[in-house]
Amino acid sequence: MSETTALPASLSALSLVPKSATRQTAKDFKSDQEVRWCPGCGDYAILAAVQGFLPELGLARENVVWISGIGCSSRFPYYMNTYGMHSIHGRAPAIATGLATSRRDLSVWVVTGDGDALSIGGNHLIHALRRNVNLKILLFNNRIYGLTKGQYSPTSEVGKITKSTPMGSLDAPFNPLSLAIGAEATFVARTLDSDRKHLTSVLRQAAAHPGTALVEIYQNCNIFNDGAFDALKDRDSAQEALIPLEHGRPIRFGADGGRGVLRDPATGELRVVDVTPDNEAALLVHDAHAASPATAFALSRIADPDTLHHTPIGVLRDVERPVYDTQMSQQLDTAVEQHGRGDLSSLLAGNDTWTVVG
Amino acid sequence: MTSQVDSPAGPAALGEQRVPGKEIKRLDRVVIRFAGDSGDGMQLTGDRFTSETASFGNDLSTLPNFPAEIRAPAGTLPGVSSFQLHFADHDILTPGDEPDVLVAMNPAALKANVGDLPRGAEIIVNTDEFTKRALAKVGYAADPLGDDSLAAYRVHPVPLTTLTVEALKEFGLSRKESERSKNMFALGLLSWMYHRPTGGTESFLRTKFAKNPKVAEANVAAFHAGWNFGETTEDFAVAYEIAPATAAFPPGTYRNISGNLALSYGLIAAGVQAKLPLYLGSYPITPASDILHELSRHKNFDVRTFQAEDEIAGIGAALGAAFGGALAVTTTSGPGVALKSETIGLAVSQELPLLIVDIQRGGPSTGLPTKTEQADLLQAMYGRNGEAPVPIVAPATPGDCFTAALEAARIALTYRTPVFLLSDGYLANGSEPWRVPEAAELPDLTVEFATAPNHEAADGTAEFWPYLRDPHTLARPWAVPGTPGLEHRIGGIEKQDGTGNISYDPANHDLMVRTRQAKIDGIAVPDLEVDDPDGAARTLVVGWGSTYGPITAAVRRVRKGGHRVAQAHLRNLNPFPANLEHVLKSYDKVIVPEMNLGQLAHLLRAKYLVDARSYNQVTGLPFKAEQLADVIVAITAEATEENADV
Ligand code: SF4
Repeated sequence: MSETTALPASLSALSLVPKSATRQTAKDFKSDQEVRWCPGCGDYAILAAVQGFLPELGLARENVVWISGIGCSSRFPYYMNTYGMHSIHGRAPAIATGLATSRRDLSVWVVTGDGDALSIGGNHLIHALRRNVNLKILLFNNRIYGLTKGQYSPTSEVGKITKSTPMGSLDAPFNPLSLAIGAEATFVARTLDSDRKHLTSVLRQAAAHPGTALVEIYQNCNIFNDGAFDALKDRDSAQEALIPLEHGRPIRFGADGGRGVLRDPATGELRVVDVTPDNEAALLVHDAHAASPATAFALSRIADPDTLHHTPIGVLRDVERPVYDTQMSQQLDTAVEQHGRGDLSSLLAGNDTWTVVG
Repeated sequence: MTSQVDSPAGPAALGEQRVPGKEIKRLDRVVIRFAGDSGDGMQLTGDRFTSETASFGNDLSTLPNFPAEIRAPAGTLPGVSSFQLHFADHDILTPGDEPDVLVAMNPAALKANVGDLPRGAEIIVNTDEFTKRALAKVGYAADPLGDDSLAAYRVHPVPLTTLTVEALKEFGLSRKESERSKNMFALGLLSWMYHRPTGGTESFLRTKFAKNPKVAEANVAAFHAGWNFGETTEDFAVAYEIAPATAAFPPGTYRNISGNLALSYGLIAAGVQAKLPLYLGSYPITPASDILHELSRHKNFDVRTFQAEDEIAGIGAALGAAFGGALAVTTTSGPGVALKSETIGLAVSQELPLLIVDIQRGGPSTGLPTKTEQADLLQAMYGRNGEAPVPIVAPATPGDCFTAALEAARIALTYRTPVFLLSDGYLANGSEPWRVPEAAELPDLTVEFATAPNHEAADGTAEFWPYLRDPHTLARPWAVPGTPGLEHRIGGIEKQDGTGNISYDPANHDLMVRTRQAKIDGIAVPDLEVDDPDGAARTLVVGWGSTYGPITAAVRRVRKGGHRVAQAHLRNLNPFPANLEHVLKSYDKVIVPEMNLGQLAHLLRAKYLVDARSYNQVTGLPFKAEQLADVIVAITAEATEENADV
C-alpha cells in the first residue's frame, strides 16, 4: 500500500483563488432565477447541497465559475449566483479547460449529465481527465435522456424500453467510474443526490483535489426514469447494496458490517464476502491514494449496473499528479526566464533584415 | 532612392572571386522552380534561395507546392515536391506563370513540371537519377535526355549526385549521407547563376546542424562545390544579374515573410496591442498547423497554446479563455470550421470576442490538403444554424496576413463577436518581402472590461445587465470572472434583451436576432479603394483574399495592352464596405475572379443586384496572370462593343 503524502491539498487546489472577505451562507450562492426542474427532480437536492457547501470553501464568489453543457442538469449554472456558462451539448469540459488554463485564480466547476458527458461529449471528458486540468466535474447520472424526453442513455441498462427503443436497448452501458479510471483520472468518486451528508463530503474532497475531479452523482429523474436508484435508497436494500468507501478503513458494509470486500488471492479480483473471524483481517483496506489504479478499477467493477447490487460510493481514487494549468503557467514563466519578456519589435524584425533608405 | 543590403548574410564573398570570361546578362526578372522528390529537400532549397534573394533586395514572390503525403513513394509523380520563386528588379505580385528555369532532381520532377515551361526555358537535370528504372517508374519509354523531346529547351545535364559525393569525399560520410547534400549543390549552382549572396545560407547551415558540425560543413562544402561548378564548367557560359528592386520598396526595414508567419505575428501583436494574454486553442490541420507551432514558441509574450483533442475542443477552449478575458483564437482549415460551427454559433449568441482563423484548402471534405482554394467564403458567411452573422476579414498577400490579423482582432474586441480570418494555402506557404512595421504604427486595441454595475433596478439597487449594449457599437459589456458584483450567466439559449436572462418571448427573439445582425452590419470598415487610373474604365475587376497578386498583375498587363480596367480588392467581406454598392454600380461590367465557383459573385449579386460575372478556377493552384489578363481583355472588349452599339 502506498504512502499517502500529507499535502495540504486544499491549499494547492484553491490557493490562487481569492477568498471572500465576509462570511457566506447558502443564500449568497442562490441566483435570482426561478428554478425550473420538474418538481421532485433529484437536481434540486444536488443544487441545495452545493449551495450549502460552497460557503465553507470561503472563496470570493466572483471567482467561482460554473460551466455546463446541455441537458436538464446543465441548467445548473443559471441557479448559481456566480459566473456561469450554459454552453452546448457535450463541450463543457473543453470550454472549462480553456477558462481554467488561462485563469488560475478561478475555481471552475463543470455540471454535466450522462448523455452530455458520456455520449456527445465523451471525447472531451476523457481528455480532460487525462490532462488533469484544475476542474471539478459533477456528472449527474440519471441513466436516461430527460430534456429530449426519455430516450435511453449510455448508462441505461441493456434492454431498456424507451421511446427510441420500444423493443429494448441493445448497447452495453458505460460504467462511468471505470471509464474515468481508464482515462487516467486522478480523482474519481460516486455519491447520491439523496444523501446530502455523503454528497457534501465528496464535494469537499473534490474541491480540495488539485487537478480534475470526477464526481458521479446518481440522480433520480422522476419523470422518465423514476426509481432508478431505489435499490440504493430504500432503507433495507441500501444497506446491502451500498459499499461506503473510506480511505484507510477496511471495506465493510451491510447490517452490522457483516459484508466486506476481499481480494481473491488466486485471481487478484475483488469479491464481496460475508465477513467471518477468519477473513476479517484479510479484508481489503481502502487506499484512495494508491499510485496504481488497479484496485480502484476493480472496485469500480464491483458495481452491477443492472441490479445496482454492490455499489461502492465515496472516493475511489484520489492521487497527486502534475496539474496541467500549473505546468502551462510554469512554461510561460520559464520562457520569460530564458528569453526575457517578449519584445514585439525584435520579434517582428527577426534576424534576417535589410534596409531600404529613401 | 538607394537600397542597402544590410543582412548578416552580406554580399557574397564567393561572388567577388568570379572568374573573368563568363558572360553576365542583366535580367529584370526570373522565375525558378526547384523540383524533386519530397525527400530531396526542395522546400528547404527554395527557402534558402528565397532568403538569399530577399537579402539581396529583389522583390519576390514564392509558391511552394508539395504532396499531402509526408514521404510519397520515391521517384513517383505524386511524390514530386516543388518550390517556385519569382524575383525581379521591380515590384512583382505573383510567383510567376511559367518558370524560366527548372531544376529537376529526377525523372519524375522533370515529367511533372516540363509541361509548365515555355519554349527556351533552361532545365538543369540531375543525370544521376535518370536510370532505366527511374525512367520506367514514371512512364518514360526512352530517356528524354537522349532524344530530342527536350529540344525546345536549353538543357544542362549535371551529375548532381556524383559531383556532390565527390566533393564530400574527405568528410568520411557514407555515400547515402553525402548524397543528401545534393540539394545544397544545386542551390550553390543556382546561387552562382543568379549571383546570390551566400553568407546567409552558410550561417543557416551551421546553425541548423549545430549539433553535428561535420554534416554542417559537408553541406557548406556541397553548396560551395555547386557554386564553383557553375563558375568553372563551360556548360554554364552565362551568369545573370537581377538588380535589387530599389524603386519597388518604400524606405524601411524589410524581411522575407510567409503568410502563416505573418499571421502568427499579427496575433501576437494583437495581444500586445490589446494588453491581453493570447490564447490559442487548436487541433493540428494542414495548412494551418504552422500557426500553432509558431505561437507555441512565443510563450514569453503571455501566449498560451493548447493543442486540444479535436477541432471542437480547440474552439471550445478558446471560447472559455475568451470568457475569462483573453484574446482567444482558434486556427484551422475548412474541415475544422465545419466541426467548429456549433461553437461559433455559441460565441455569436454569447457575444464574446473570438478569432477563427481558416487557412482554406481544396475541398469538399478532405479535398486537397496542401493546395489552395477560396471556397470557404460561404461557409464562413452562412455555415451555422439560425441567423448567426460573423464578420469576415481576408488578407491579400502573405505580408498582409499580419495586418489582417490585427484588423480581425480589432473587430472582435470592439464588437464582442467571433470574427473569421480567411487566409488560404497559397498565402500561408507563399512568401514576399515585408516592411517590418514600427511599434508606433500598430493600432491601439486596448479594451475595457466592465467593472461596475450598469443598471438600476426598480428598487434602486445597482445591478449588472450583461446584455445592455453600447449604443454606438451595440457591443455588450465584457465582464470577466473575478469581477465582484458583476456575476452573471451566459449561454446559448435566447436571452432577454438587457438582462440576459433566458427568454422564449417571440418579440424578444425577433429583437435579438435583428440586433445581433445590426451589430455586425454596423461594424465600421474602411471604404473600398478603387484603382482606376484615369477614371475612364467601364470594367471593374473585384477580388478578395489571395487572388490580389494575380489579379493586379493581370490588370497591369491589360493596361499595358492599352485597355482601361479598374480594380478593387475586398478585405472586409462581412460587412462589406459602405461604398461597395456605389463602386459596383459605377461600372458597366463587373468581373469577379475567384478560386471557387463564384461565391463572392453570388454575394454581390444577391446583395446589390449587379450582374457580377464570375471567372473561376479550382485547380488547387493560384491564377496565372496571363490567363486572367486574357479573360479581362475579352470581357472589356465586349463592354466596348456594347457601348459602341448604343
Ligand atoms: S426530466 Fe427528469 S432530470 Fe429533467 S428536470 Fe425533469 S425530473 Fe429532472
